[in-house]
Amino acid sequence: MINDPSSEMKIKSRLKRSLLVWLFIAFMPLANAGDWSGHIATEYRWFVESALDAEQFNGGSTSFSAELEYFHSWNNGKDSVAFVPYVRWDERDAERTHADVRELIWQHISRDWELQLGIGKVYWGVAESQHLVDIINQTDLVENIDGEAKLGQPMINLSFIKDWGVFDLFILPGFRERTFPGQDGRSRSIPEVEEQAAYESGAENKHVDYAMRWSQTYGDWDVGLSHFYGTSREPRFIPSMGPSGLVLTPFYDIINQTGVDVQATLDEWLWKFEVIHRSGQGETFNALTTGFEYTFVGVNDSAVDFGVIVEHLYDNRGSDIPVAFDNDLFVGGRFAFNDADSSEILFGVISDLQSNARFYNLEASRRIGDALVLTVEARFLSGIAPSDPLASVQHDDVIQIELAHHF
Amino acid sequence: MKKYILLLLLLPILAVAQTPEERGLEIAIEADKRDLGFSDSSSQLVMVLKNARGDMSVRKMLSKTLEVEGDGDKGLTIFNEPADVKGTAFLSFTHIQEADDQWLYLPALKRVKRISSKNKSGPFMGSEFAFEDLSSREVEKYTYLYIKDEQVDGEDAFVMEIRPTYKYSGYTRSIVWMSKEKYQPIKVEYYDRKNALLKTMRAMGFKKFLGKYWRAGEMLMVNHQTKKETHLTFSNYQFKSGLTLRDFDKNSLKRSR
Repeated sequence: MINDPSSEMKIKSRLKRSLLVWLFIAFMPLANAGDWSGHIATEYRWFVESALDAEQFNGGSTSFSAELEYFHSWNNGKDSVAFVPYVRWDERDAERTHADVRELIWQHISRDWELQLGIGKVYWGVAESQHLVDIINQTDLVENIDGEAKLGQPMINLSFIKDWGVFDLFILPGFRERTFPGQDGRSRSIPEVEEQAAYESGAENKHVDYAMRWSQTYGDWDVGLSHFYGTSREPRFIPSMGPSGLVLTPFYDIINQTGVDVQATLDEWLWKFEVIHRSGQGETFNALTTGFEYTFVGVNDSAVDFGVIVEHLYDNRGSDIPVAFDNDLFVGGRFAFNDADSSEILFGVISDLQSNARFYNLEASRRIGDALVLTVEARFLSGIAPSDPLASVQHDDVIQIELAHHF
Repeated sequence: MKKYILLLLLLPILAVAQTPEERGLEIAIEADKRDLGFSDSSSQLVMVLKNARGDMSVRKMLSKTLEVEGDGDKGLTIFNEPADVKGTAFLSFTHIQEADDQWLYLPALKRVKRISSKNKSGPFMGSEFAFEDLSSREVEKYTYLYIKDEQVDGEDAFVMEIRPTYKYSGYTRSIVWMSKEKYQPIKVEYYDRKNALLKTMRAMGFKKFLGKYWRAGEMLMVNHQTKKETHLTFSNYQFKSGLTLRDFDKNSLKRSR
């Protein structure tokens, strides 16, 4: 078994990970020297139903995570470095136990330009239900299936800040593969995703990607236009026979993706629009998210704000690539209690407009005392047909609770 | 010459003939004039929130302001405590006529979010201060009515009623005690949308900067309806430190640590 190449890969990758953990520990003594902050968290996930695949764990699972942030600036704030190591340990899913350098970046600010060099994180877009335009960083999917956790991306980013807008240029040397839950893990595809990825480019994960973005504010309108050329962050999955049966090989194409994001902020209305046009990954396609968020400020003369969010999710990819949200409607609400504990509740449902598939989501958080934050999340699926891209996770309804200590 | 004397004789009558509205506006314009030319300022803020039971929680932030000629000021607030909001930043461009522009930076996602400025009446960081209590005061955003002169703790003040003319204020009106010496509010009573007394603010510990600009060292806001209060202290005031528009743009939010 040990001679099997895929196990060897796994061992190598474990080694890499433990190296990262050691690096992390090696930097710890610096904690007394500079400006450190961060959080440590305990999480408990409970899967309501028994798993579809006998190899997946059932019931609950505990996990611990830590994120540190070191920040140092000099030259009157014109130069700064940030170092953000991250580590998670998971009781049941070996792939979820992982470490990452979220940021290790030097930034220089000048009068009308900025330079960022190192490992960093960049966010683009305006929508709430999905983030189409956002493409610089790879998704750290094992963290949370909401896809909002990202892996650090090596980058050279030059920003020009002009009257006509902000123009960003990115050179992205090195690609990060998406993380996927392991064989034992929940919320994964069936068959599982194998460790070894395949690439269109002969340079594989050393392909240098490029991106640019222009963004500008015109009164109530915030507008962004971006283009990305390089390794798709979203893989295709090729079924293949592994040593232990059928597996899915993530295949990363070289793509061109143009994105537009627009938000109009008109009093209590936020109108949102995101569209992408991607070629190079099978057939050329468009996808868009369009909708609004309307906020009732001070409900019943209280301090509570209530926002109604409606977004239409559309993707015109044909049947060769299954897309979960091809023509769906997200309807959600956000309570911001504006209290001393920063209590918030976000909930919503994504409904497939052509089937009975529903994806329910709830996130609630509040502070306890000065340093603790309690977060409760729940995700439920219903009405999933056997042919639905979400079919393999249809038994993965989950309730999770996290207690984080911030410092 | 005769005409001139006549004019001089008329002057006191003219002054008396000034309506309370004109007098109020005159005081507001004078207060605004005295605060002109500070270019930029910054200060460290500590907020202590106390509820009716006496539980306390602390917020710390850095506030920067850029004076804008012919329009409202630009402001950037960077949160430092509680630890879970460290690095969160709030950018606002106040305008005299139109609604303000506001952006919020969420450091965990690295996301800059344009937000609705309808939240004026909302609590600032869960405190008893509303956003509108802390944003820059533009003369044009209120109507004024001079009431009388009165002392507050031995300090002479003009008492005025002011009413917001902008949309989405949480107040019908407020009564302002404006120090005659400093032309800064030393006491304010806020009346809610039902015109019931909501809060009282007291500003204390004033210091004069650059020989001209008076700034409060602390403010106490007491909510009479909820019995909660917020004590706000300002320290490390700096003026004219050469801040530019670049320190108040969307990119500046992302480096606000």
